[in-house]
Amino acid sequence: MKKIEAIIRHFKLEDVKAALTKEGIQGMTVTEVRGFGRQKGHTEIYRGAEYSVDLVPKVKIEVVVPDADLDRVIDTIIQSAYTGQVGDGKIFVSDITQAVRIRTRETGDQALK
Amino acid sequence: MRAFCAIVLGMASWFCLCVDRPLMAETAGGDKPFQSLSVDERLEILAQSSLARDDEGKVTSANLRGETDLLWMCIAAFLVFAMQAGFACVEIGFTRAKNAANILMKNLLDFCVGSLLFWAIGFGLMFGKSNGLFGTSHFFFHGQTSYDWGFLIFQTVFCATAATIVSGAVAERIHFHAYLIYSAVISALTYPIFGSWVWGSAYQGTSWLGDMGFHDFAGSTVVHSIGGWAALAGALVLGPRLGKYRAGRVVPIPGHNLPLAGLGVFILWLGWFGFNPGSTLSVGGGHFAYVAVTTNLAASAGAIGALIVSWVWFKKPDPSFALNGALAGLVAITAGCDVIPASYSILTGAVAGAIVVISAVLLDRAGLDDPVGAVSVHGVCGAWGTLAVGLFAAEGGLLTAGEVHSLLVQLLGIVVAFLWSFLTSLALFLGIKYTVGLRVDRETELRGLDIAEHGLLAYPEQFVIETGPTEVVGNLGK
Repeated sequence: MKKIEAIIRHFKLEDVKAALTKEGIQGMTVTEVRGFGRQKGHTEIYRGAEYSVDLVPKVKIEVVVPDADLDRVIDTIIQSAYTGQVGDGKIFVSDITQAVRIRTRETGDQALK
Repeated sequence: MRAFCAIVLGMASWFCLCVDRPLMAETAGGDKPFQSLSVDERLEILAQSSLARDDEGKVTSANLRGETDLLWMCIAAFLVFAMQAGFACVEIGFTRAKNAANILMKNLLDFCVGSLLFWAIGFGLMFGKSNGLFGTSHFFFHGQTSYDWGFLIFQTVFCATAATIVSGAVAERIHFHAYLIYSAVISALTYPIFGSWVWGSAYQGTSWLGDMGFHDFAGSTVVHSIGGWAALAGALVLGPRLGKYRAGRVVPIPGHNLPLAGLGVFILWLGWFGFNPGSTLSVGGGHFAYVAVTTNLAASAGAIGALIVSWVWFKKPDPSFALNGALAGLVAITAGCDVIPASYSILTGAVAGAIVVISAVLLDRAGLDDPVGAVSVHGVCGAWGTLAVGLFAAEGGLLTAGEVHSLLVQLLGIVVAFLWSFLTSLALFLGIKYTVGLRVDRETELRGLDIAEHGLLAYPEQFVIETGPTEVVGNLGK
């Protein structure tokens, strides 16, 4: 099982969510995060004083998928989150050693279905 | 839907006709329409159902007129009371969320403390029989007539307005107990004594400044400058907020709720329609309507003046400055709203809007941390508005009548107000600093005054992950 952490633009969340559910993904976790990469922050002005805001708000989607589905899911995310501008985001993949459904105690790929 | 509106409209018209028809009653001059009657004749008709009876139980139009004046004065007082809500909203909006409950408490309590102390001490000092410097009677006020009580409530809300100006400038770093002490002193001593010099003769006192011709109709100086210079003293003694200035640069600390600040300005603007027109203290002649117009024109011009200056200077129109500009216009016109022509009231407001932006930025860059711009809005623009009377008043103004005496007297009043308020407040804040402590410590300021001074948060869900208590520690004071 692999965990996919995708950091995407706010307004792309609905597109990515719709695309993933269409591909059969049953669940995901979404958090609001801040960060920066090549897309620097922006400059704001408050009562005559300029200041830069380095941390840009983004959305992080976490999905855990069986190994077989990894490439398919990554492609889905890329296609739905893409705009072509600096700041589209990043995807990180890590190994998951175990997954458990709390209600039924199912483990492994069964817990992800 | 349209049928419903038509029915409602029909019923409303019928209702109005029913109310109006009895007013077209027989009068001494025969059956005449209401609108063609004189004021006294109309009052006679209205008095038939009123309680406006004189000592012998006879209804007179004079009594009714007096009681109408009293009613107007009271309604205006209630509008000025609403300005307390406006101040609270503006200050909460312009400061950070971690201090919101503290700001609210300061605004609530300075009104409460002020109301009690002004009744007990302040009113007497301001309006009692004067020894030339302050009043010496009418303490723990007890009115002889209804008018007395109405006058008290009207003057109380004006005192409370002056007191609450300071809370914005000292926000986010002053000890709550220190602020309570300050508001007690300004309501009991600072405001009333200067007020007596200008307005004391409106009741039982004497006003040496007022007698010299100093004209401050509703209080640009008496209320706003007195508050503004006290705010200056407070901000100076307190020092800037942590992190406000770094390596010679001004670090912005944005307010957490600009919409709330905007709402506050609208509420203040509404309340100002009691502040200025209400200061006519009388309905007769309808001059309050003129005052309402000059007030509104100055407020609008103030917002636009601030807008233009901030747009040109910073390349973007700043909403927080536009809001300050509206208030600046209101503060400035307060001195001369009864005597400045409409066109000049626009100029007064516009200039106030411009100088509020300029002075706020310059004071900030000079190292004076004023979170809401109180010193600029109330102190500086209060002084400008007072000066404007000497320039623009229909009679005696420099630009309108070519006379300079009024301008000089206005200038004198401005200087006296500055010296009185700034120096006494400076002494007060220094006194508090070196006795019970004025400023919170570093950790308190960083954690936020809500949790540190009041033990709770204004926005618990924003700062606490759990929505409920994780563990009940105990019940205090059981």
